[in-house]
Amino acid sequence: MRPIKTIAAGIALAVGLGGAALAADKTKVGFIYVGPIGDGGYTYQHDQGRLAVEKHFGDKVETVYQESVPEGADAERAITQMALNGADLIFTTSFGFMDPTVAVAKKFPNVKFEHATGFKRADNLGTYSARFYEGRTVIGTIAGRMTKTNKIGYIGAYPIPEVIRGINAAFIAARKVNPDVEFNIVWAYTWFDPAKEADAAKALLEQGADVILQHTDSTAPSAAAEKAGNVITFGQASDMAEYKPRPRVSSIIDNWAPYYIERVQAVMDGTWKSDDTWSGIGAGMVEIGEITGVPDDVKKEAEGIRDQIAAGTLHPFTGPLNKQDGTPWLAAGETADDGTLLGMNFYVEGIKGELPK
Amino acid sequence: MFHLEPRPQTSKLWIAITPLLAVVATMIAGGILFAFLGKDPFVSIRLIFWDPLFGDFAFYYRPQLLVKGAPLILIAIGLSLGFRAGIWNIGAEGQYIIGAICGAAVGLAFYPMESWLIFPLMILAGALGGTLWAMIPAILKVRYGTNEILVSLMLVYVAEKLLASMSLGLLKNPEGHGFPGSRNLRDYASAFNDELFAGTGMHWGVAAAFIAVILAYVLLNRHMLGFQIRLTGQAPRAARFAGVNPPRLILFCLGTSGMLAGLAGMFEVSGPSGQISIDFNTGYGFTAIIVAFLGRLHPVGILLAGLLLALTYIGGEIAQGQLNLPAAAIQLFQGMLLFFLLAVDLLSNFRIRLNQRKESI
Repeated sequence: MRPIKTIAAGIALAVGLGGAALAADKTKVGFIYVGPIGDGGYTYQHDQGRLAVEKHFGDKVETVYQESVPEGADAERAITQMALNGADLIFTTSFGFMDPTVAVAKKFPNVKFEHATGFKRADNLGTYSARFYEGRTVIGTIAGRMTKTNKIGYIGAYPIPEVIRGINAAFIAARKVNPDVEFNIVWAYTWFDPAKEADAAKALLEQGADVILQHTDSTAPSAAAEKAGNVITFGQASDMAEYKPRPRVSSIIDNWAPYYIERVQAVMDGTWKSDDTWSGIGAGMVEIGEITGVPDDVKKEAEGIRDQIAAGTLHPFTGPLNKQDGTPWLAAGETADDGTLLGMNFYVEGIKGELPK
Repeated sequence: MFHLEPRPQTSKLWIAITPLLAVVATMIAGGILFAFLGKDPFVSIRLIFWDPLFGDFAFYYRPQLLVKGAPLILIAIGLSLGFRAGIWNIGAEGQYIIGAICGAAVGLAFYPMESWLIFPLMILAGALGGTLWAMIPAILKVRYGTNEILVSLMLVYVAEKLLASMSLGLLKNPEGHGFPGSRNLRDYASAFNDELFAGTGMHWGVAAAFIAVILAYVLLNRHMLGFQIRLTGQAPRAARFAGVNPPRLILFCLGTSGMLAGLAGMFEVSGPSGQISIDFNTGYGFTAIIVAFLGRLHPVGILLAGLLLALTYIGGEIAQGQLNLPAAAIQLFQGMLLFFLLAVDLLSNFRIRLNQRKESI
């Protein structure tokens, strides 16, 4: 480990020298994106957050970003480069950036880091995420009400807790309003790949699905659904309003702007502290896009669920619930604790198929 | 107006000049592209070509050139042997993945025991994994005459599925809260492919790449097998008369390229990357094909081509990070470089002549 320390010392020295000159005027904020900012989904929303930071702070802040950064060894270089160039605060916005962010944070103790959707923290590395699953409960309800074939297709990115949690939340909500509903789940093994996502959507349509939920970032599934006709989809991460009123009937919108502004402010004030933020509909980090193209009663019901979740009177994971293999998980009235949700690696009872191993 | 006239002999002078010419042409065309995107073309070009080598933070970027270039060079050297003999291993990406999985698996099997023996064992496992994966298309070709291009390429997708499965199952970090991905080998001293000298970027994979360049050079220029490889590529029928045993050559070429790709994967997973994860592979196996041809299938050429490509990657990242250039613009820029390199290559075999008015064709 000795060589690493030597480099760290060298880098710290260089940053100390470079940083001192810059620190006086502008706060530099960096963003590492997993997809292109034009993906119309997840990365687009993060970039909207960045633009909001620029707008809010004006010339007190300078932002930089790098898009389409591969998750792995290349990410570490991208993050290091931002730190070297004098960033004061760096947001790394995808789960796969976790270990690289940890490694760079170790080398740059004076730079603040925020990693989205991960669990590793340090004195200068905090984590943040949104309770997207709350949104899944709302759209799962619409899906359950709207399906005629009772087959709902679900495109998952990777079988990680984040995605599995969303599947479970949507399934529980859909089953609640329609006990005959079944989920077909396809794993795309990518966050953003319009071609793969379109293929997955087509495969699901061929299997008879008339509702498609997605946990990938592009609008390709909506495009495929539009072509097929009579299929509904939901915007993922972004409103995807260009597919309104159908096939996109609603959406889960990630609204990072308030959080990013708050954290940049904290760095400016010198009050930034590493912590873990996990906010949902109530705090406005997750928004439900306008509900369009469905009957009024369905819309009302979904909005009611949204408002109950926001008010804290409804928890998406409320017992009685069993795990897929039939073992009891939550007793009647019991709600899931955050620890279990964060590490969720099982399906709830009723979902067919196995998690990839 | 113009016509191309074949040169009686390939021009040595032009072979030396064309790469420079291509870089200059890329700078001009790329500069125009960046200008259209509203960025200062001179700053962009400086960030890509100058900053990684001589900029303020060159002390960080120069080692990174080695880190990024080494796997490309290591894989491309292996591929070039087969390519010279007309044996097309397109599946180095798969062999790279399998090498990484085998190497990491051996290391993780010993966790948390510390011993100096573990790392050599991992190297062996990585080499063996890559070799065996490449032996599938080799044996199928020798035995049943299947097309090694298709088989090796399809096996990449099989390897990717295996990688996902390993990240989610067998090699998953038991302390990872259910998230996919193995333990990070950086936190396991016996398995960590650390820098050999602090701050140089020189890890064992870089050393292996340099050794591979030298061995390939010796093999091709001083060894009977190297002669047979070159002969088979140039005149397969003559090679047969000269006593070349084609099946053996196929096994050797595919096996060696698989081994080197496997080693590259193993050094990457135990060093720069640190862990087996679903996204572990980032296309080194495919990019190495470009490196091999860019280096004209010559070991020294490959060394330079690998470093040049690494430079455009790292410089491209700098330009992206500092000027907020879109990632696609950088990919386009790299594409231009390859395009111009191949295009001006023409000049070493042909000369451009202005058509004289009076001469009619």
